[in-house]
Amino acid sequence: MAEHKLLRPYAKMLTAQVRSQAQYRSSFFIDMAVQTGFSAADFVTVMVMFGVTTALGGFGLVDVLVISGVSATGFALADLTVGNVERLKTYVRTGLLDAMLIRPRRVLPQLLVVDFQLRRVGRVAVGVTVLVVALTASDIDWTWWRIALIATVPLAGALYFSAMFVMTASVAFWWIESGEFANAFTYGGRELTTYPINIYANFFRNLFAFGLGFGFVAYYPTLLILGRPDPLGLPGWLGLAVFPVALIAAGLAALVWHNGIRHYKGTGS
Amino acid sequence: MRMTLALARAGFRRYSTYRQATAASILTNSMFGFLRVYVLFAAVAAAGGVAGGYTREQLSTYTWVTQGMIGVVALWGWNELADKVRTGEVVGDLLRPVNPIWTYFATDLGRAGFASCTRLLAPIVVGALVFPFYWPRHPASYPLFLVSVLLAVSVCFALRYLVNLSAFWLLDSRGITAVWTLVSGLGAGLYFPMSFLPGWLAFVMQYLTPFPSIMQFPADVLVERDGFGGQFTRLAVQALWALICLAIVFAVQRRAVRKLVVQGG
Repeated sequence: MAEHKLLRPYAKMLTAQVRSQAQYRSSFFIDMAVQTGFSAADFVTVMVMFGVTTALGGFGLVDVLVISGVSATGFALADLTVGNVERLKTYVRTGLLDAMLIRPRRVLPQLLVVDFQLRRVGRVAVGVTVLVVALTASDIDWTWWRIALIATVPLAGALYFSAMFVMTASVAFWWIESGEFANAFTYGGRELTTYPINIYANFFRNLFAFGLGFGFVAYYPTLLILGRPDPLGLPGWLGLAVFPVALIAAGLAALVWHNGIRHYKGTGS
Repeated sequence: MRMTLALARAGFRRYSTYRQATAASILTNSMFGFLRVYVLFAAVAAAGGVAGGYTREQLSTYTWVTQGMIGVVALWGWNELADKVRTGEVVGDLLRPVNPIWTYFATDLGRAGFASCTRLLAPIVVGALVFPFYWPRHPASYPLFLVSVLLAVSVCFALRYLVNLSAFWLLDSRGITAVWTLVSGLGAGLYFPMSFLPGWLAFVMQYLTPFPSIMQFPADVLVERDGFGGQFTRLAVQALWALICLAIVFAVQRRAVRKLVVQGG
């Protein structure tokens, strides 16, 4: 019961937000159509690439679409739930964050709920659709653990991308004029995970795919689901690494966020 | 002319104060440069060395130039005019003896000048240092590239201005702005050059829409696609689109102003 009381203000803010967005119906549907278009554009790019070539990193169109589908579904879920944390830099710059800090509620959930964008649902729909179509088009030997994997991997990916959103948005606590910096890791990360990681060259791949963990979000789990060996020669069980990697990222994000809040002194406005 | 120069200089100076934001943008553009080069290299490797008529080196230069051009043409995120329309401040612009189109255009040229020295140059340097790079064979390609960039800024300015003018009718121009963001990125050749598309679609996109004039054509001119003939054809297409788009902007603004009702005292 205590938990219920704790969540009620957020639930109220959320419903108010959703209802206000649904008020201007035509505006809402245009917004949602465009958001859906943005997600579709990524897949269009993949298809266009396969219009001029037959393989990327030794993978055919259907294989790449499974990787992209896993990545896009995870990213879209993160974008829907915590993506609007990227507005933190505006809140810091304008001093609006101070208003949230003095309320007797946690800042992060307030921030997420106040700007919740229902129109981003369209992105999730595109990701799931492409994933399902690509999975049916590929001849996968469906076992129970593969089904369990395909159901949980996008969720772990969503947790990982959520952590990226929070971590990179927190940069605004230290670096107010951070501009588009966060996009390099959030939207950049989505683009990176859209393709097989063996197309990236050594230094870049080591840094982002292994160092920051982007390689475990979609590429290795997909290899396990497709039953294909890694052209880089790494073992198949790395397909399960997405779960601990996502948890570690979430832990780090929490740490960075709390340090940021403590560091925040207001902008004086 | 003196006024235009003063405005351009003011635009240059205004944007040169956002140093941290410029650095952050260069970092982000470079990150996407890396990602796109690797994908295009993978495609060209499997295609046997040439994809859509571009070699590996040409695609590398193409990618770094287009990433740099994002800042030069200010593809996204200009809604100064739309905001002024919403708040009514636009009246101040309209009362001046100079058409606001020229004022904003001159300021934008100054801004583009600053962006050319920073946001265009930096990704090109990164790309040239890390990847195989196509340097123009002909010295004339460099001045032609500069003309092409100038025309690209003009076309993009006109289209952005048009998107902003929609605020006179819609008040909330966010929907149109979002459509512009989506269509301009795809059509300008940021994700892939138009010649990657099936023949008829590539033709329609390149010659019947203004979008490739914003980014793809300057890059094509620098990597010397189809020799001198190709370079001059592209410059001519850009110039034509610049004229058409600016003419439309003047016509639309005239109608918008006639519609304007100033609120309050």
